[in-house]
Amino acid sequence: MEIFLMYLRVFVTGGLFCLLGQILINKTKMTSARILVFFLSIGVILEATGAWIYVEGFGGSGATIPIVGFGANLARGAIHGAKIGILPALTMGLESVAGGLTAVIIFGLIFGLIVKSRTKKM
Amino acid sequence: MMNKEEYKKHVSKTCPKTKELRTMILAFLVGGTICMIGEGFNDLYTEVIPTFNSIQVSQLVTITMIFLGSLFTALGLYDKLGRHAGAGSIIPITGFANSVVSPAVEFNREGLFYGIMSNMFVVAGPVIVSGVAWSVIVGIIYFIIGAV
Repeated sequence: MEIFLMYLRVFVTGGLFCLLGQILINKTKMTSARILVFFLSIGVILEATGAWIYVEGFGGSGATIPIVGFGANLARGAIHGAKIGILPALTMGLESVAGGLTAVIIFGLIFGLIVKSRTKKM
Repeated sequence: MMNKEEYKKHVSKTCPKTKELRTMILAFLVGGTICMIGEGFNDLYTEVIPTFNSIQVSQLVTITMIFLGSLFTALGLYDKLGRHAGAGSIIPITGFANSVVSPAVEFNREGLFYGIMSNMFVVAGPVIVSGVAWSVIVGIIYFIIGAV
């Protein structure tokens, strides 16, 4: 029962972020780059104001898998770095999302090299 | 008979709303399902790799989801999903992977440098730049708060 409730919370939290995004797309015709930047910024603001811990505590992966979690991670790294010194304050945000960024770039490169483009040659 | 204006009003009242509702429901369902898959990997890794702490597990989950998003993009399935799910496929981290892999595959016949490597970031570029800018702003603010 416990595990079922957790997955339900994950589903609802993740679903709600996407629902909010879809409403934005429907109402403003935002492109996907703008949508991603918008939700990343929400994550940064939530983490910087200290509200994120409650969102993540409730939603688990429903909070961390959407791009808002990426933003929150960035801000968390920066906040953590700021306690150490000015240089870590500037660099540790990127460090905390290094895993995801590396994965995106490497998989982009690998699949870009091995998969044939589906669009026809001009 | 109704005139043009009335017809337009009628159309805007009835037609898009059902379509909008459909996209909203699909975004909710697909987005929620992708997050549940992530939670599944989270539970799996916590169980299988007890030496990893929660931060490492969540990092591995992110990488796994990015791999799956990239793979399904390469297979041409993610874009099909995206046509129906809209934001449900954009906002999860798999959508971020899709935004990188999709142009990398699409432009790969233009060569490694100007095809794959530069087109990878047509959508992800703004995300990464704004993310780094945010992190620097937050870092500086917290450093100043900590200093005073």
